[in-house]
Amino acid sequence: MAEPHIPHPDLPPPVSSVGPIGWLRRNLLSSPLNIVLTLLALYLLYVAIPPLLSWAVLNATWSGDSRDACQASHGACWVFIRVHFDQFMYGFYPEGQRWRVDLSALLLIFSAAPLFIRAVPSLVKLRLSLSILVFYPLIAFILLSGGRFGLAVVETSHWGGLLLTLVIAGVGMTAALPLGVLLALGRRSQLPAIQTLCVTFIEFWRGVPLITVLFMSSVMLPLFLPTGMNFDKLLRALIGVSLFQAAYMAEVVRGGLQAIPKGQFEAAAALGLGFWKMMGLIVLPQALKLVIPGIVNTFIALFKDTSLVLIIGLFDLLNTVHNAATNPAWLGFSTEGYVFAAAVYWLFCFGMSRYSQSLEKRLHTGHKR
Amino acid sequence: MMTTDHAPAKPPFWNNPQVRAVAFQAIALIATVSFGLYLFANTQANLQRLGIASGFDFLSSPAGFDIIQSLIPYSATASYGQVFWVALLNTLLVAALGVILATLLGFVIGVARLSKNWLIARLALIYVETFRNIPLLLQIFFWYFAVLRAMPAPRLSYSLGDVVFLNIRGLYLPAPQVEPGFGWAIAAFGIAVFLTLVLVRWARRRQAATGRQFPVVSAALALLLCLPLLTFWLAGSPLHWQLPELQGFNFRGGWVLIPEMASLLLALTIYTAAFIAEIVRAGIQAVSHGQTEASFSLGMNPGKTLRLIILPQALRVIIPPLTNQYLNLTKNSSLAAAIGYPDLVSSFAGTVLNQTGQAIECIAITMAVYLAISLLISLLMNLYNRRAALVER
Repeated sequence: MAEPHIPHPDLPPPVSSVGPIGWLRRNLLSSPLNIVLTLLALYLLYVAIPPLLSWAVLNATWSGDSRDACQASHGACWVFIRVHFDQFMYGFYPEGQRWRVDLSALLLIFSAAPLFIRAVPSLVKLRLSLSILVFYPLIAFILLSGGRFGLAVVETSHWGGLLLTLVIAGVGMTAALPLGVLLALGRRSQLPAIQTLCVTFIEFWRGVPLITVLFMSSVMLPLFLPTGMNFDKLLRALIGVSLFQAAYMAEVVRGGLQAIPKGQFEAAAALGLGFWKMMGLIVLPQALKLVIPGIVNTFIALFKDTSLVLIIGLFDLLNTVHNAATNPAWLGFSTEGYVFAAAVYWLFCFGMSRYSQSLEKRLHTGHKR
Repeated sequence: MMTTDHAPAKPPFWNNPQVRAVAFQAIALIATVSFGLYLFANTQANLQRLGIASGFDFLSSPAGFDIIQSLIPYSATASYGQVFWVALLNTLLVAALGVILATLLGFVIGVARLSKNWLIARLALIYVETFRNIPLLLQIFFWYFAVLRAMPAPRLSYSLGDVVFLNIRGLYLPAPQVEPGFGWAIAAFGIAVFLTLVLVRWARRRQAATGRQFPVVSAALALLLCLPLLTFWLAGSPLHWQLPELQGFNFRGGWVLIPEMASLLLALTIYTAAFIAEIVRAGIQAVSHGQTEASFSLGMNPGKTLRLIILPQALRVIIPPLTNQYLNLTKNSSLAAAIGYPDLVSSFAGTVLNQTGQAIECIAITMAVYLAISLLISLLMNLYNRRAALVER
């Protein structure tokens, strides 16, 4: 007689590897070490987040217009930012004239907006960006400094706050890119004299800190100029920042130039193109596309470096905030001021880096895993 | 009969590449030299008009001001030349400490960025994205003005077990006081280092010859720790700690880390570590996954795979940009001028320049020092790079 078949008892169901439980298991609790790390991270968050939240939001003072409004609470005093907001944005720009700053900002935003829309054909984008590069600085300069078309003159010593930061960053970027391209071409040149000049220039500027360059532009430049001729303080800083960043830009562009195969140069020469046509039509478009991340990184560095102009006494965003925080009437709110300034700088830098990442992804035509 | 001349027309001489090359270079050189001469003439005229004597004689005249931190003996009667050395040492001190701390923190964050633990990886990402997108100067200001200058007065200091004190004047630490006999411990340490080197060589040779491995790391650690400690104990523990004590309105004794240096170091470390973390992450990711799989299939455990397979290859990618970050950190240490830490820019290109009016000399010396440091570090790293570079067929 055959024994009746007795099935084995059912196996327990497998450990879930899908859904939220599976995700937790895989990402947070996969090994004893991982569990310890997770607990550590949770503890860190527990220590940091609640006090931060209660300082910045729950216990913070938002309304009021003098420091008395903040006496009662232990949280942040955002009134400090509210009261000084206009100063942080425009510096000492005369109050009645501030529409000119707003207008130039709006002008830039609206004229540059089509560049960020994908549906716009690239030729239109190219023409638009070139015309912005040529005309916008002119218009913005007239608008901001005045003296023409019945606009009152505003000395550059009155420019300040975010306005000054953006002016320095904008001028630095538009000057550093073409200069950097020229220097990079010079460094790759076969003419020994030109190559030596460019290498010396690049290595010199890259070897010294920006702060010494600014010191030099403020104490040594007056000695270099003929007697009686004097530069505006802002212009001196602009020259220093532009030359400094041009050297860094040159190294980035050189990386791109080196990545272009020799065949491209030879093909261009075989078609009878001269040096400038070969570079402008064949080599540079490819090289610059390759190094967009590097260029944007240089722009971000430049944007952060604009804060150094406070060393020579210009009132950029950081210096305006610093100045307001050391004002005896508002002592004790420096944390709020620095946090605000940090948020503004962070927004610009993070935005730029995100944009470059998306651009890189879009332009990436090779194979990527 | 028609004869046609098929030889191409000789191009005009201005289209001859060789002539053009010479001409362009001549123009560039003449322009540069004449621009330089123009600046030189202007400077001469301006200096004469202002009555400034150029030259480096001022370096030997007395400085007459105090410096809040100095690694070598310094007093207000010392010369400007000595100010230069004090300032240079301060710059090098903060740069060296910053490099060490930023490397440690950067490697930890960079590895955390690749952690399989989602929470840790996210936290590392937030760290990197926050701190590298905020200007360094702003971070220095935050630590100095908002944190360290908001510390309590000496009488109300925060203390850690009555040994370490933190107040508005700085961080006070116990200072080691060396007594005679401590030299023995140092000598023992030297001997231990020598023995370790011998041991490593011997173990490597034995492994090459016989294939047998020797636990070098634990043996070396034991040697390096035990020998000096044993000597130290035998010599009668010739070292005691001098604790900082509150006397009157301030602490005396012990080591003090001044707030200027502390905030500069904190900001430099945190800022640079964010960049180093990204470099480390990219370096590790650059090693293809096939290498790990091959190593596992050879039977190596994860620790050995990391140490023998991944890290050596990742370092090859990491070192060049890491050097760049070290250079950046050194140059960024010049931001000390903004909070008054007595570094080269703040003391020498700042105070000395203002007192003597020798703008050109002071700026030139300062720039030359930074240039020399930059060139030296890149030279050393190029040497390393040549050794570590991939040797291809």
